[in-house]
Amino acid sequence: MATTERPAPSIGQRKQRKEDPELITGASRYVDDISIPGMLWVYVVRSPFAHARINGIDLSEALAAPGVVAAYTGETLEMGPLVMAWPINDECKAPAHLPLTKDKARYVGDPVAVVVADSRVHAKDAAELVQVEWEPLPAVTDIKEALADGAPIVHEEYGTNDAGSWIMSRDSPAPIRNPSGPYFEDPDMVTIKEEYYLSRLIPNAMEPRGVVVDVNSSMGEYTVYSATQIPHILRTTLTITCGVPEAKLRVVAPDVGGGFGSKLEAYPEDAICLTIAKVLGRPVKWIEERSEGYVATLHGREMYQQIELASTKDGILKAVRVKLWASMGAHMRIITPGIPMLGAWLYAGCYDVEGYDFEYTNVFTNNTFTDAYRGAGRPEATYAIERAMDALARELGMDPVELRRKNFISDDKFPNYTIASGLTIDSANYAGTLEKCIGMLGYEKFRAEQKSRRESGSTKVLGVGFSTWLEMCGIAPSRVLAALKYIAGGWDAATVEFLPTGTVRVLTGVSPHGQGEVTTFSQIVADQLGVDFDDVEVLHGDTQIVPLGLDTYGSRGLSVGGVALWKAGEKIIEKARKIAAHELECAEEDLEFAGGDFTVKGTDRSANIKALGFSAWSAHNLPDGMEPGLTATHLYDPPNFSWPNGAHACVVEVDTETGSIDLLRYIAVDDCGVRINPMVVEGQVHGGVAQGIAEALFEEATYDSEGNLQHGTMTTYMLPGPPELPSFELDHTVTPSPTNPMGVKGVGEAGTIAAPPAVINAVVDALSHLGVTNVGRPATPERVWNAIQEARR
Amino acid sequence: MKRITVTVNGVTHEAEVEERELLVYFLREGLGLTGTNVGCDTSSCGTCTIHLDGESVKSCTLLAVQADGAEITTIEGLATNGELHPMQAAFQEHHGLQCGYCTPGMIMAATSLLKENPSPSEDDIRHGLEGNLCRCTGYHNIVKAVAAVANG
Ligand code: FES
Ligand code: FES
Repeated sequence: MATTERPAPSIGQRKQRKEDPELITGASRYVDDISIPGMLWVYVVRSPFAHARINGIDLSEALAAPGVVAAYTGETLEMGPLVMAWPINDECKAPAHLPLTKDKARYVGDPVAVVVADSRVHAKDAAELVQVEWEPLPAVTDIKEALADGAPIVHEEYGTNDAGSWIMSRDSPAPIRNPSGPYFEDPDMVTIKEEYYLSRLIPNAMEPRGVVVDVNSSMGEYTVYSATQIPHILRTTLTITCGVPEAKLRVVAPDVGGGFGSKLEAYPEDAICLTIAKVLGRPVKWIEERSEGYVATLHGREMYQQIELASTKDGILKAVRVKLWASMGAHMRIITPGIPMLGAWLYAGCYDVEGYDFEYTNVFTNNTFTDAYRGAGRPEATYAIERAMDALARELGMDPVELRRKNFISDDKFPNYTIASGLTIDSANYAGTLEKCIGMLGYEKFRAEQKSRRESGSTKVLGVGFSTWLEMCGIAPSRVLAALKYIAGGWDAATVEFLPTGTVRVLTGVSPHGQGEVTTFSQIVADQLGVDFDDVEVLHGDTQIVPLGLDTYGSRGLSVGGVALWKAGEKIIEKARKIAAHELECAEEDLEFAGGDFTVKGTDRSANIKALGFSAWSAHNLPDGMEPGLTATHLYDPPNFSWPNGAHACVVEVDTETGSIDLLRYIAVDDCGVRINPMVVEGQVHGGVAQGIAEALFEEATYDSEGNLQHGTMTTYMLPGPPELPSFELDHTVTPSPTNPMGVKGVGEAGTIAAPPAVINAVVDALSHLGVTNVGRPATPERVWNAIQEARR
Repeated sequence: MKRITVTVNGVTHEAEVEERELLVYFLREGLGLTGTNVGCDTSSCGTCTIHLDGESVKSCTLLAVQADGAEITTIEGLATNGELHPMQAAFQEHHGLQCGYCTPGMIMAATSLLKENPSPSEDDIRHGLEGNLCRCTGYHNIVKAVAAVANG
């Protein structure tokens, strides 16, 4: 029975991805690749106005067009409102969001009618024939203007665009250490106040959204294929909106081409397609066009920030006080009102302060709704504190690195240190990541070069910016989410099962769409259970195959879904041990488990777990009363968030005559705890950093005075291509999380959280000798040039 | 409707196509070659890149009728006799893809880049792929993969 060959340890290896063979050969299956016999095409008619009353809709011409099968308005296609899952407190205004608006359009792109036809082209052609009698109304798209007296009101029933505030000292379940007020009143304190505007961003997953609904009318069953990050959550929300029983609704996320939060949503189109399929009893398909997606898919970030710091004269940071005004856009989508809260506890960054206050106000505007975009709340927080730390360093005449070193939460406070804002950080390595980063950069040498460039009178000046960041990810425990008024939980689930042929099937409740869990979860199982990496099959993203799960967002795949998997594995080992003891006729305590073998201590008698899996399946000889099968499910609700951290540095060259920026170096030293597959981790950092750099330098979605999106196509919205970005220099430290047995944290959002302030700090640093203290983002050449001119004045 | 003859991945097809049908939809919906993806409606993203008579083109910028008489290779036709093309293998080895949506177009663009310039610098690679967008990888590992193939 003894096996001599043991699988090599898999965790920590740069295993090539199991996902790739299909994706590199075109054998992938995205939603648009799915076609069902008899399928009809849906095209959505959208408002061309940012704000307009609907006085009537005439579908007759569209209905008479070639190939058209049906057409509907909000009055004729019966659906409930879309689910909003995070009413942050009693003040929170959450107007019912109907998939097809009936009374008025509140943003350019608001769906008002749909046409159903026998082909993509017929549906689109006929949609142009839908006549809407519009009564245009004045629109408001700026946060501050929306709050001013006399502003057009997005939701008239409230008489205001103020959608409610969340005030930490009043609303947070975790007590603040000290209020910040006294520190700001203390005459011995140095105080600064900074104001930043974060522009609106469009996530731009490369795959547009899409939905295909298949119908089994006789059974009343529906399958929704959706380009979604959240098949499980979507199933629940669709049941609520469309009235299809949850048990008869199957949601499948096939291959999904990126999400970044934009596919963490219950969208109108999902509900519209399911409802049409239900009414017509036929399969339907809707595929978003890219330019349509620019107005129809969620936006991110837009907010005004005000951050104040109080420090001693020698640079000991004592208190942080923050106010935000965040754009909701026209609707509260699934977690829109709570997005700023995801950063609430992080505005003191990784610095040990005493006093803390935070509040934010949500504001309705006539734009596309905002919601989670990679990092959600945490990039905003990191931006504010990391920019403000540089401002404080300037105020105190200190080096920004020195100021950071002085204020880090020190290593001896860990594990489990409760910060001033009231949450508890599991573990971290703030100083260690920064020192590594400084070493890679060659800080002294850089400063010397910067100085000599300046002295030479060159118009090409150098700057360096730092971002020593932290975040909280793997949003949980569920109990805390309840206290924050989030409706769902934060757990996830995994099932491990030995199949009779010796392979292991893993069902995971997370729904990867590029993150590589099919590979990394195979590595975990391979090591934990001592089976071959290639003998593990990881299934996900289909609510019929994996009924339990809460999907992929918030860097939770590994730190919640992966730990659930580990815990299911522990149950497997426990049961296999009982069977082994029975077969080997020994006590369970006499067995050692390693490399897949249970060995009787001090002997060469052993049983391999695969064979035990077969024994459990055949059930010929199991201990009395034992259930057959070697399978286990675990639902894991983490006891805390996980808290990765890192130090990033960005080096730029700025042309003072043109304002153009050349990104010379980008260094990222991150600590996400134990790394299952370093290659995959690095890939996450690369992609996150790229998005963060783009946020700082290129991307913004602005609106004209009538509420038209001015960056409404891929040609006008500045997504960085390969020439716009450098190669990145990466390193890491490993500080295991004490919260879970694997010591893992999350990494999906790290780069996006860290990068924006590093980049803007670098630009400001380059121009600091000219008196520049702020550059708006994105730091386009024009903005940089203007900042230089203003400083010169 | 117009009749066209095209050879795709070595197989000759005769088909009736609508005059306004884009080549990319003819490939995807007409021939069922769904490996070529559509990422935009403004010829910006390059996910639809294929080889037409040996040159890489964005298949959303051509009408199907314009491909009459052409030889086309799509991502499905890049591997030969079940052997991955070295560029496909390099994308996997260097983790040049995450969600995979840009990947077919990126691989097609990269292979034709190396045909034009067999030993490109990092800068050449970045500029050579400038019409192809990826939202997942930050391009770092894509550039690495292409360089690895170039350096044999
Ligand atoms: S689909 Fe975007 S360039 Fe062709
Ligand atoms: S791998 Fe996702 S867009 Fe490139």
